[in-house]
Amino acid sequence: MKFERYGIGIIKGMAVTIRHLLRHPTVNQYPEQRLNISRRTRGNELIWSREKCTGCATCAKTCPQGAIEIVTATNAADNKYEVEKYRVDTGYCIQCGLCVEACPYDALFMGYSYERAKYRRGDLVQADDELLESPQRPASGYFHPDIAEKLPRQTLLVEKITEKRK
Amino acid sequence: MAIVNLAVNNPLPMQVVPPDWPGGYWWHWLFFTVVIIAFMLIMVMGAIYIERRGMGRMQSRLGPNRTGPFGLLQPVADAVKVLLKENIVPTSADKVIHWLAPVIAFAPVLMIFAVLPFQNGALLADLNIGILYVVAISSIATVGVFMAGWGSGNKYSLLGAMRNVAAVVSYEIPMVLSIIGVVLMAGSLSMNQIVVKQDIPFILLQPLGFFLFFIAACAEINRSPFDLMEADSELVAGFHTEYSGMKFAMFYLVEYAEAIAMSAIITTLFLSGWRGPWLPPWLWFILKTFVVFFVMVWTRTTLPRVRIDQLMALAWKFLFPLALINLFITAIQVLVWPDALPWILIIINIAVMAILIVLWSKFFKLGWGRIEV
Amino acid sequence: MTTTGELTLKTEPFVLNIGPMHPSTHGVYRMRVTLDGEVVIDIEPIFGYLHRGIEKLAEERTYTGFIPLTDRLDYMSAMSNNLGYCLAVEKLAGIKVPERAEYLRVIIAELQRIANHCIAVGAMLNDAGAYFTPFLYLFREREKIYDLFEMLCGQRLTYNYMRIGGVSQDIPEEFLPALEKFNKKLHNVINEYEFFLKQNEVLLARAKGVGILPKETAINCGISGPVARASGIKWDLRKNDPYSIYDRFEFDIPTCETGDCYDRYRVRIEEMSQSLRIIEQAMKQVPDGPVKADVPHLIRPPAGDAYAHIEAPKGELGYYIVSDNSIAPYRCHVRPTSLINLTALREMVKGWKVADLIIIFGSIDITMGEVDR
Repeated sequence: MKFERYGIGIIKGMAVTIRHLLRHPTVNQYPEQRLNISRRTRGNELIWSREKCTGCATCAKTCPQGAIEIVTATNAADNKYEVEKYRVDTGYCIQCGLCVEACPYDALFMGYSYERAKYRRGDLVQADDELLESPQRPASGYFHPDIAEKLPRQTLLVEKITEKRK
Repeated sequence: MAIVNLAVNNPLPMQVVPPDWPGGYWWHWLFFTVVIIAFMLIMVMGAIYIERRGMGRMQSRLGPNRTGPFGLLQPVADAVKVLLKENIVPTSADKVIHWLAPVIAFAPVLMIFAVLPFQNGALLADLNIGILYVVAISSIATVGVFMAGWGSGNKYSLLGAMRNVAAVVSYEIPMVLSIIGVVLMAGSLSMNQIVVKQDIPFILLQPLGFFLFFIAACAEINRSPFDLMEADSELVAGFHTEYSGMKFAMFYLVEYAEAIAMSAIITTLFLSGWRGPWLPPWLWFILKTFVVFFVMVWTRTTLPRVRIDQLMALAWKFLFPLALINLFITAIQVLVWPDALPWILIIINIAVMAILIVLWSKFFKLGWGRIEV
Repeated sequence: MTTTGELTLKTEPFVLNIGPMHPSTHGVYRMRVTLDGEVVIDIEPIFGYLHRGIEKLAEERTYTGFIPLTDRLDYMSAMSNNLGYCLAVEKLAGIKVPERAEYLRVIIAELQRIANHCIAVGAMLNDAGAYFTPFLYLFREREKIYDLFEMLCGQRLTYNYMRIGGVSQDIPEEFLPALEKFNKKLHNVINEYEFFLKQNEVLLARAKGVGILPKETAINCGISGPVARASGIKWDLRKNDPYSIYDRFEFDIPTCETGDCYDRYRVRIEEMSQSLRIIEQAMKQVPDGPVKADVPHLIRPPAGDAYAHIEAPKGELGYYIVSDNSIAPYRCHVRPTSLINLTALREMVKGWKVADLIIIFGSIDITMGEVDR
């Protein structure tokens, strides 16, 4: 427990800290500047496509939490089940994306957004038409490369914040 | 008493201006009381701002920048928050002591500012025992801290307060000994006189003294790397655990006001106080105080904390002998070579400081190891 | 060094509860510490505050559906948990993983090791008192790794990227160029960090010689990972029992002699450099091909059991899976690295002071998600 190096270590440390003072901080002012999230992000909501869904319920079987509830009726017009109710409890969902991966008809997408807080717990359960894609609910490219190509490129920290002052 | 003739190259040495304010003594007193209280509060706000923004930039992030332009109103927001909190007193606390402790911790800090010169002759009271008064008063703040620990009725606060008292008492001695070095060089205990005598700042003539005083000052005011008591103490929250509301604000204020006071004392003693070209002298004083405070913030950002037994070992085994040797060498220089050119003394002192620190660090053992249980 | 019984003052030990909520960043862990003054005599751990029944939940999820739950075990290094589980199931079912998937797994596991050591070192220094500065410097690098992982699988902490038979999706084309840039910058960051802290006297005084874990005790307690390597045990599963394709890469295993906190810190920093070396070699050799073997979602491995272990950043993480030819495991047991490393805490801490307890606890690097499962 002796002083090794006679205080040089402390001086070196102080030199590093003072150098950081003169660098650009690695900070993003959130509500004004938003970074682009990944194209394959698994956002907070689930998007469903009524045309492509056949009611096979593979997604419900794959979901580890059991958050998807599907009720179908056998009104078989052109060889599809008629889906009466498709309900997702997004509060119970852990955003693992296994349902999107499992769907054989590409009818499910993860959401692209992350600012989806709700005021009431009941609003987290979404059904039928609330789950359709719309400009307010964009779809992300998780397991859908065609959608991923159209989304903006992700901002990477290794590229964005340079070490020099702007 | 022989003093070093620092004015050997200066044909017109500066003289102390005696205070002769218009309106007499009582107007002078009123004016300076108001100025000192305002100065202290504003400097504390500036200190809080510098600390949070400076520490943020050194950690590669911004500090607070949302309250007011550039976050300048953040200390105001802190003060308002603390004022609006509920004042809780524990039932097992000693009511009178619990109430009095912040007052006794805070009042001495304010009194230190009475002898700090803002300009030549611009002090509240140009005591001719200036620096001795400062040392005496700053020890009373420790009593306040101990009362806080005792009056909380909480055994962990008491432990924290006792640690604090032990640390402060140990670090008084190297502090006072380094001050005596400066006093020998300047020939007077009065703060204004010390500044007037600094044609060459004493940091060059007494580098070891500056180093020792800086470390001792950081330890006295519980700043990192010696902040066992105040900042996020690993285990218990220290002597101000049981305080909330305005009383906590007092302790918070005491911490920063003591830091500013110590920075101001360091500027006066070592960095030639209010002296400097072009700008008005009180502006130099404020700038230098902030520079010293920034160095304190810089050490806080960089260094981890020391342990309590390492803290005491540092005071008694490292700083105290070095302070004695410093005093001895200064005394020899003052007696034997009063007319030597200052530059020779500077070189000798810096060389002595380097040799001593290197030699002492080689033979110094910091703290105990493992104890057999 | 006197024992505490020889002092003339009558003292008696008291029990202090370092409660489940910590000022440091290690999760909900409770310790009842018997103290004699400042010296720790005994310590009784109480954990289980984060128990979620993950091993029982494994029996109700399918094999693929359990992968998101393994993310939540050691949430600081989730990819390694995924990897261990997938290796266990692949061993049980006899599935061969394609080459490209093997290389991707190695790159990702080593990136995860760097990320984990960033937090481990930062949190230990935070406990030592360096006020978040080293923590934030390394957390910047972890943010860069988060960005890379987000590019792959869409999430920053609970990845769910490995699948039984490979990885879930192929890497996008901007992954490898971004990884190149990251590698170059990481070299500089590690060098600057070493410059910052390797010879820092306060850190040496706090961490050198503190909390020594002797080699025999480490072997007897079953310690693995950087803690064991710091005590002198040259054991790394990537070299001694290679899994995946680690035998194709060339890297060193850093070990130290003494086994104190400083050695554990050094081992982690060196491991970060070695991981960088592995990533650079692997990046050049990634072949083309499928990234997942042709394995159905609802996989039914044949009845039997398998144990697979990997060198997770914290130590040896093992999964023992018993299957009875149904879609869910019959029993899945996780060998919790952090819990087994934690059993040595008592030996390491006896005789040291309270401040040392905190830094020793930080240097073992545990995550309560793994201790409690």
